[in-house]
Amino acid sequence: MSSALRKQRYLLDYTLSSLARRPGKNLGLLLVYTLIVFMLASVMLFTHALRSEAVAILQESPEIIVQRLVAGRHDLIPAHYLRKMGHIRGVLERKGRLWGYFFDPAVKANYTLMVPDEAQPAADEIEIGATIAATRGVGLGDIISLRSADNRPFSFRVSGILDADSQLVSADLILLSEATFRDFFAIPEGLYTDLVLRVRNPRELRTIAEKLILLLPDTRPILRDEVLRTYDAIFSWRQGIVFVLMAGAVLAFVIFAWDKASGLSGEERKEIGVLKALGWETADVIRMKFWEGAVVSLLAFLLGYLLAYAHVFYTSAALFEPVLKGWAVLYPEFAPIPYIDLLQIATLFIFTVFPYTVATIIPIWRAAITDPDLVMR
Amino acid sequence: MLLNPSILALLVVSATVLLLIALASIFALRVIRHWDIHSGSELQLQLERRTYLISTLVAYCFLAELVALLLFIYNAEQMSSQFVGAMCATGVLNINAYGWPVLYLKIGLFFAGAAWLTLNRVDNQAFDYPLVRVKYALLLSLLPLVAAEFALLLAFFLNMDPDVITSCCGSLFTPEGKGVAAEISGIAPADALALLGASALLVTGAGLHHLRSGRGALLFAGSNLAALLIALIAIVSCIALYIYEHPHHHCPFCILKGGHGFMGYYLYIPLFLATALALGSGIIAPFRNRPSLAGIIPAVSRRHTLGALASLLIFYLVAGYAILRSNLSMLTVWW
Repeated sequence: MSSALRKQRYLLDYTLSSLARRPGKNLGLLLVYTLIVFMLASVMLFTHALRSEAVAILQESPEIIVQRLVAGRHDLIPAHYLRKMGHIRGVLERKGRLWGYFFDPAVKANYTLMVPDEAQPAADEIEIGATIAATRGVGLGDIISLRSADNRPFSFRVSGILDADSQLVSADLILLSEATFRDFFAIPEGLYTDLVLRVRNPRELRTIAEKLILLLPDTRPILRDEVLRTYDAIFSWRQGIVFVLMAGAVLAFVIFAWDKASGLSGEERKEIGVLKALGWETADVIRMKFWEGAVVSLLAFLLGYLLAYAHVFYTSAALFEPVLKGWAVLYPEFAPIPYIDLLQIATLFIFTVFPYTVATIIPIWRAAITDPDLVMR
Repeated sequence: MLLNPSILALLVVSATVLLLIALASIFALRVIRHWDIHSGSELQLQLERRTYLISTLVAYCFLAELVALLLFIYNAEQMSSQFVGAMCATGVLNINAYGWPVLYLKIGLFFAGAAWLTLNRVDNQAFDYPLVRVKYALLLSLLPLVAAEFALLLAFFLNMDPDVITSCCGSLFTPEGKGVAAEISGIAPADALALLGASALLVTGAGLHHLRSGRGALLFAGSNLAALLIALIAIVSCIALYIYEHPHHHCPFCILKGGHGFMGYYLYIPLFLATALALGSGIIAPFRNRPSLAGIIPAVSRRHTLGALASLLIFYLVAGYAILRSNLSMLTVWW
């Protein structure tokens, strides 16, 4: 080993033993430090998990959704719009969709009712999401009855429990047949909730959307990419808001670190005096203190990050869930997909280790320039 | 303004570095005016003590800037999903007029910081601080750079308009377009590789000459800078194409993506490290005749040169590996 490396090793060795000699003092700092890392890391990991969940869901959604607007509100769209739109070059497939929301007074929650494209259930059967099944306490073959728009009771036999890849989609979902859907919501034949278009080439999306606006002036096309971009921006923004709110905590931590580093006990002061009398230079003392900071930072960072990882991916971020996710009665119990991102780690590092380091430079230097005779006298 | 944690982090680093460098600059002015190593006055003692603080501060600042440079590129890469038309960092940097200047300034600051730290290290090893005025004068000259970087970074992030349709790398790095990026993309791969080979020979020759004779450090630094530029050109016009296995995709940023095995990092990190080391060795070269530095500079310079040559070798090996391993075969088209 080269002498420079060996020197750093001895310094690190000394630092570790000196830290171990004063466990109480450093434990407090480590605790606060870990807590700060834990909070920030939890927010980051959780919002990232939500974002990737949204991306995963939208992957399967159609490229363009066309909604009709009446007086600025979303309205049912007539099926003849499909003919009116005609054949647009680049569109592989176009069709109407039927879906809607239903408020169930029994559990005080909203369900999403939808007619699937293929494999529609029989007229008196439905397939339901796992959360609905759990809330209503029903299983396969049981009967659920709901009251329709015109107050007629409908009884459905549960023919399947949905287990989609993502709980976020299927939690409050009910699938039923087209005829039943129209009957239940009193939607006449020839009307759809919205139209969807599948487009193979993403570069043609904008042109197709422009053509749609010209052909059907009372509609708005919604591009999947647009939705994805909005989700991306919203989750980053929410995360940013939480970070700004936590800036106070980080600042408090910085002041705490500054205070800890400058409040050297008489014993520590004496120790530095002895070291300098033994021939240590100011630069050596600074280096030793640098290692001290590095050990504490690394330990706190690792501990905090691991705790946050466990918090987010094993308990679904129990602490922050309501703020970052939004809330609903039938909220999906989803297990976020574990994911570690370099950008996150670097950002987190800058939010925690960087302020700590900056806050301790001046106190460290103050300690390092102590004259040996001054403290040992 | 996009309120995103990474943007906040970048701004925090930039602002803190500006503050610290401004503090260091005030001290630098005092050193330049009052430094007198032969005096035993209270002021001189204070100044000498404070140099430790300032060296540590500046070292931390440049370390933070290095992390920020990587974070900046990585962040631009990730934000590409939020802008219409952007597919990688290129699109995000194109979103307004400040993106590219910030990147260039950050790279410039990285090199300036590395050079300054080398100077500082050499100076601290000598017993009489022979370069103290030089190094603090240089530090003063860095202050406007740091300030400009902060201002441009702020302008870049404040003027990000998600409604603007930006252009992706495919339209910027294309031989048919206009501007520097297009010109570079238009260079024939064979010419670019020939240039790369020539620059490799030149820089290795200069390095070996410097190692053997102890002279020509400036030549080595200069040829290393040239090698860096040529390497960047070669990446855009040839090496990247082999990594993408696509004869028309020239982007220098998409190679940083995981889908391409993070090859960009293996290329850029040794390349920039080599140039930083060589610049350090170049900046200390003019002072090698100072009596107290005569024994220090040659040793430091030698270490830097060895490090730079080793890093360059890694870069050339990675580039060669990228080309040879690729499934893209342009045997009768380019060669």
